[in-house]
Amino acid sequence: MTAKLSGHDLTLVRGDRCLFTGVSFALESENLLVLEGRNGSGKTSLLKAIVGMIDLEEGEIRWNGRPVREVRQEFFGSLVWVAHRTGLKSDLNLVENLRFESNLRPESRHDMDAVLDRLGIQRLRKLPLRSLSAGQQRRVALARMLLADASLWLMDEPFTNLDREGRALVLDLVKEHLGRGGMCIMAAHQDIDLDVATQRVMLQ
Amino acid sequence: MWTFLKKLYHQLASPPHFYRLSPTFILWLAVPGYLLILYGTIAGLVYAPVDIVQGERFRMIYVHVPAAYLSMMAYMIMAIAGGIGLIWRLKLAHAVAASAAPIGMAFTFLALATGSIWGASTWGTWWEWADPRLMSELVLLFLFIGYMALRGAIDDTTRADKASAVLAMVGAVNIPIIHYSVEWWTSLHQGSTLLKEGGSGMQDTAQLYPLLAVIFGFTFAFGAMLLRRARTEVLIRERRTRWVKELVLSNEGDL
Amino acid sequence: MPGLFGVLFATARRDLTLVWKRPGDSLNPLFFFAMVASLFPLAVGPTPEQLQFAGPGVLWVAALLAMLLSLNSLFMSDFEDGSLEQLLVSPQPLVVMALGKTIAHWLTSGLPLVILSPVMALAFQMELEVAGVLMVTLALGTISLSLLGSVGAALTVGLHRGTALLSLLILPLSMPVLIFGARTVSLAAAGDAYSAGIYALAAYAVGALTLVPFATSAALRISNS
Repeated sequence: MTAKLSGHDLTLVRGDRCLFTGVSFALESENLLVLEGRNGSGKTSLLKAIVGMIDLEEGEIRWNGRPVREVRQEFFGSLVWVAHRTGLKSDLNLVENLRFESNLRPESRHDMDAVLDRLGIQRLRKLPLRSLSAGQQRRVALARMLLADASLWLMDEPFTNLDREGRALVLDLVKEHLGRGGMCIMAAHQDIDLDVATQRVMLQ
Repeated sequence: MWTFLKKLYHQLASPPHFYRLSPTFILWLAVPGYLLILYGTIAGLVYAPVDIVQGERFRMIYVHVPAAYLSMMAYMIMAIAGGIGLIWRLKLAHAVAASAAPIGMAFTFLALATGSIWGASTWGTWWEWADPRLMSELVLLFLFIGYMALRGAIDDTTRADKASAVLAMVGAVNIPIIHYSVEWWTSLHQGSTLLKEGGSGMQDTAQLYPLLAVIFGFTFAFGAMLLRRARTEVLIRERRTRWVKELVLSNEGDL
Repeated sequence: MPGLFGVLFATARRDLTLVWKRPGDSLNPLFFFAMVASLFPLAVGPTPEQLQFAGPGVLWVAALLAMLLSLNSLFMSDFEDGSLEQLLVSPQPLVVMALGKTIAHWLTSGLPLVILSPVMALAFQMELEVAGVLMVTLALGTISLSLLGSVGAALTVGLHRGTALLSLLILPLSMPVLIFGARTVSLAAAGDAYSAGIYALAAYAVGALTLVPFATSAALRISNS
């Protein structure tokens, strides 16, 4: 039985530096993969390698048993990436930002109000993102993630700029997502302890 | 035959094999190349009869023509090698492209300089805007400058390879269009009779043979220079690998 | 799946909305065009003959430089706020989105130049028909320049000293467009047959429209790797 998403014996080199070597993982439905390691240990780079933005020196990422390069469009359709930078336009308001994404993903959810309520950003709908706090902008990025309705979540330091309540919310969302059969890869430099099937990759 | 070619391809495409095999190729290119240049230069500059129309200054072609032709050739090699590197992810091809750029730029400059000197003695001007070949060569120099500037601006070698390959291919598609547009532009000028002077032709085999000799000689020498640079480039790029470390440890003085 | 036109439209509309919210940024190249074009009479001389002689070349070079000035921002803000990364992992083809962004760029920087050009043409003592020819050549030429520029902008996005580098990459490539554009207007001004240049510009624009977006999207993936 092949895993949904797997990487075997991955090596990544950036410039002269070998960021990691011999990293392997195999992710099934309802699995959480936590990437651990200090700053600069290659967590973000591994996420970028998974989505095919940077090339691996050795090894290959497979989606449903096939190399990601061959099934790129299908793979991208099933993932959503919450990157370090939010990827939102500060001159546009919340609704305009989210609507752009849903134009590119027609299968996405349409219950925007419910999502905004859940994240507590309903009242910020009409404000340009520039006037929102960093934590509030994070929440908008999370709203985009929820609306995309993708099975694989890639989260790069999702707790950045969030308050205690926000961090708890992220963990709740991940747990619900996994409970529905989703998958999540999370890069974090703090301990993640959730009551779910968790794999850990320690990057030195 | 096919399996032999395939084996040769795989051997050449792998950096250590390339490094080991390339000196043979360099030798086989350099020796006939420099001999041909030697013959062509002496025969062309000393023994070839003087051109009836142009006099002694026609001897400039023995440098100008090979330089101009190799400048185009170097750009094409750069673009094709870049394309191969991009499509088949062949690292060696990128090393070749990176090595071709400075050589091509030097030949372009040489072609421009000799063309300009020839123009100064023939047309009485150091720079004749109405000559489409000179103008195309100038644009080619600009393309080389842009290519080298882009390479220099990107720190990461892999990214620099790929980005400059895209640029070289866009440029390669544009070169015929640039040439055509420059020709159209100059054809609209009055008094373009100047241009016809370039085509006085070779009347004598004593003029023609040295020219062919320098053209082939320069081409072989170019091949040797390209391989030599690519060899160094490969060594720099592979410096982290085990085979380079072993090479350095085994014969320290002989790199 | 939304149609490819839907994706094209959505990408272009987002950029147009952004320009709409900050109109100043896209007006700068237009003012630059007007100012550079107005500098030349001061340097060349004010007589009608001098202006008519220099006009086509001056207006075309000014337009080329104005386009170049506007190109830098094509992918810059997308790169900085991370929305470029999001486009790269989008389920939609990057080629189409890159084309959408280029179209938006042309609408906000090329089209204003085209619209302003007859006014500048009159200032350079051109006849009405010649001003029309200038407009047509600029319309076709700026499309090509936007497209060529999108490759350069994609290759240099995220680099320090990107602006100067972008000019180095794009200026030699844009030479045919400049030659066909400026010479066609000169021919029209001299009363000669000029249609060949317009056909050449149109052919170039069509060719660029079909080929260049692929180079741009490849360049975007490379710049973000």
